[in-house]
Amino acid sequence: MNRQTRKSGRRSPVASVALLLVGLFATGGAYAAFTATTASASVDLSSPEVINQGQKLFAANCATCHGQQAQGTQNGPSLIGVGAASVDFQVGTGRMPMQASGPQAPSKPVQFEDSQIKALAAYVASLAPGPAIPSESQISGGDVAAGGELFRINCAMCHNVAGAGGALTEGKYAPVLKGVAPVHVYEAMLTGPQNMPAFNDLNLSPEDKKNIIAYLQYNEQNPSAGGLELGSLGPVSEGLFLWIFGLGGIVALTVWITAKSN
Amino acid sequence: MSITSAPEQKGFIASASNYLDERTSISGAVKEFGRKIFPDHWSFLLGEVALYSFVIILLSGSFLTFFFQASMTPVEYAGSYVPLRGVEMSAAMSSTLDISFDIRGGLLMRQIHHWAALLFVAAIGLHMLRVFFTGAFRKPRELNWAIGFVLFVLAMAEGFTGYSLPDDLLSGNGLRIIDGMMNAVPVVGTWITFLLFGGEFPGNDIVGRLYTLHILLLPAMVLIFIVLHLMFVVIHKHTQYPGPGKTEQNVVGYPVLPVYAAKAGGFFFLVFGVIALIAATVTINPIWNYGPYDPSPVSAGTQPDWYIGFADGALRLMPPGLETVWLGYTWSWNILIPILVLVVFLLLTFIYPYVEAWVTGDKREHHLLDRPRNAPVRTAFGAAGVTFYAVLWAAASSDIIATHFKVTMEGVINTLQALLILGPIVAFMVTKRVCLALQKKDREMVLHGFETGRIVRLPGGEFVEVHEQLDEYTRWQLVSFNDNAPLQLKPNPVGKITASARFRVAMSRFFFEDRIAPVSPKEYQAALEHSSH
Repeated sequence: MNRQTRKSGRRSPVASVALLLVGLFATGGAYAAFTATTASASVDLSSPEVINQGQKLFAANCATCHGQQAQGTQNGPSLIGVGAASVDFQVGTGRMPMQASGPQAPSKPVQFEDSQIKALAAYVASLAPGPAIPSESQISGGDVAAGGELFRINCAMCHNVAGAGGALTEGKYAPVLKGVAPVHVYEAMLTGPQNMPAFNDLNLSPEDKKNIIAYLQYNEQNPSAGGLELGSLGPVSEGLFLWIFGLGGIVALTVWITAKSN
Repeated sequence: MSITSAPEQKGFIASASNYLDERTSISGAVKEFGRKIFPDHWSFLLGEVALYSFVIILLSGSFLTFFFQASMTPVEYAGSYVPLRGVEMSAAMSSTLDISFDIRGGLLMRQIHHWAALLFVAAIGLHMLRVFFTGAFRKPRELNWAIGFVLFVLAMAEGFTGYSLPDDLLSGNGLRIIDGMMNAVPVVGTWITFLLFGGEFPGNDIVGRLYTLHILLLPAMVLIFIVLHLMFVVIHKHTQYPGPGKTEQNVVGYPVLPVYAAKAGGFFFLVFGVIALIAATVTINPIWNYGPYDPSPVSAGTQPDWYIGFADGALRLMPPGLETVWLGYTWSWNILIPILVLVVFLLLTFIYPYVEAWVTGDKREHHLLDRPRNAPVRTAFGAAGVTFYAVLWAAASSDIIATHFKVTMEGVINTLQALLILGPIVAFMVTKRVCLALQKKDREMVLHGFETGRIVRLPGGEFVEVHEQLDEYTRWQLVSFNDNAPLQLKPNPVGKITASARFRVAMSRFFFEDRIAPVSPKEYQAALEHSSH
């Protein structure tokens, strides 16, 4: 009741909380540092051990649909010649391994560590020549204005001018581009995953691809000057907002104005 | 007003008023108009919301005209929005970007203008629904319904021309659809679009021409029709909801001066405040995302503003491939049929008051509004119309429905196609039944009172719930309404029964065959006596 004596030091009531916090930060930080080092460690895609590791992962996780030699089965296409870029995109965005068959494989939480994805990519790339994973210099430093124009002409039809995504036929769709890593955007353009057409280097030069990525990055880093974006969906979300909040709010005001005072 | 004022007047206001009155005889008008009575109900303010939005649109629009250049001359954008710098575009687009990024307050004004425009049409729509469902369009107000309808169409035209002005991708796509619709008109279609666009679409003239329509012709027409609309409100006096003390001969409410002038004036600022708040916090039409117009790209999720959505939806719901070649022309039924459907729908809305007047044969004036339930067939028609419009409206966002609810585009379209036909029919039947049921409930309440929730056990062991009679104010509301009986088929003075008379009687039967008559005083007395036993 009147134990007013101040407890300090390790007997303080907050000491255990502080200790807990320190512990959590230490383990969390160590884990983050550990995973960060594995992620940034460059994997040599041509080394036999890596290819070997990839083959094992492939046999365990992919072969059911794509075949033991990646030659394809009734349930999945052949992966011979699709290249490392394709694997890095499909597995790196969580689309593969596919969860359920449907019109399109949705992106979902990534199932493998980065080194494993690279190993899988190395294995598939070793089967036949194909598009490689782009380097850092291929995906940074583009011209935003040129990229915007290219994006509107080549991408906006399906992905919407603001990259908000759009519908395709029979339940297929062009996904939202916000939050997609530049390397994955590049790989998608290069390999044309799922229902997307491939934009090869004659169609969109490496410079063009770099510019498009720069435009997307600009949009991601610079939110709308006008305020809330309402999902960047255009007049539909604007109309809904106006009817629900605009007119709704004003009708509430009319009721308030004409209410009889008590 | 010929009383001479006392010479030793004091005070500035008194002498100023006198000065004005001696020169304009305005005091008569002030006295007349100041004592004008307006009834108080929230739904009577919806038209006011539309009026205030229009004022806000005029104010913000004037600001925009100071900086907007309605020209399609190609320029290289050199403003401060980085992703478009160095891109070739029309002066219209470039100046709209300058308004958005380089002129102080420009973006806020643009957003106020656009949000207010959306609100303008929405408020008109809601106001029209109020007028329709309460029967406020009946004699003597049929003409004012027509004027209001013209205002609705003008507002849509204003909106569409404004949407097309910035010459961004979205507005160009919208114009391309208009171009396609005009091209579908047999024989003269191509000539009309060449006339409008000054050559092949998109040409170099359209923005300038739309600008003239948008800031000169259409606003002038809107203004004239608003004046007419309001003059009629004053001439007819305002309608009122039925209630104790409210008759066809009086208006119960507050006078314009001082009560209504203060309320309405304050309300203007509330509406302005709501629009300003939205405009300051929510993006509308980010033209910088859309980029300059180029006939080749069309963005996913390209839609018109909401009030043109029903027309876009009609085009989307049309099954593809309906084209015939006849007399060397291609007849694009897949565009002509949706246009025809829209025109017929709007025409039905326009003529409904005259149809109802003809069917009922009612020549009386009506200043007391109907409760929607007391006109079941009208209310059902309204519900059917709303459903029809809503399905078309939803169809305009079929792609967004598909992506956001994870369903197929074809599924959405096919469902909406079926709903477009079945929805209004089901809505009609359900609404009519609901109205009749509500009328029955009203009747029941008048005759037998309302349930008090108090259960009493009688000496014989029986349990009964005590009912209590309504107070006379409530009862008045439930028993005093127009009862339209079906017309009888009668020969005309020459002794003949004409086909139109037959049709009219058939229509009248359709309207009023199923009806619940209001409780008559006799029935009420009988019920009272019965319950007192």
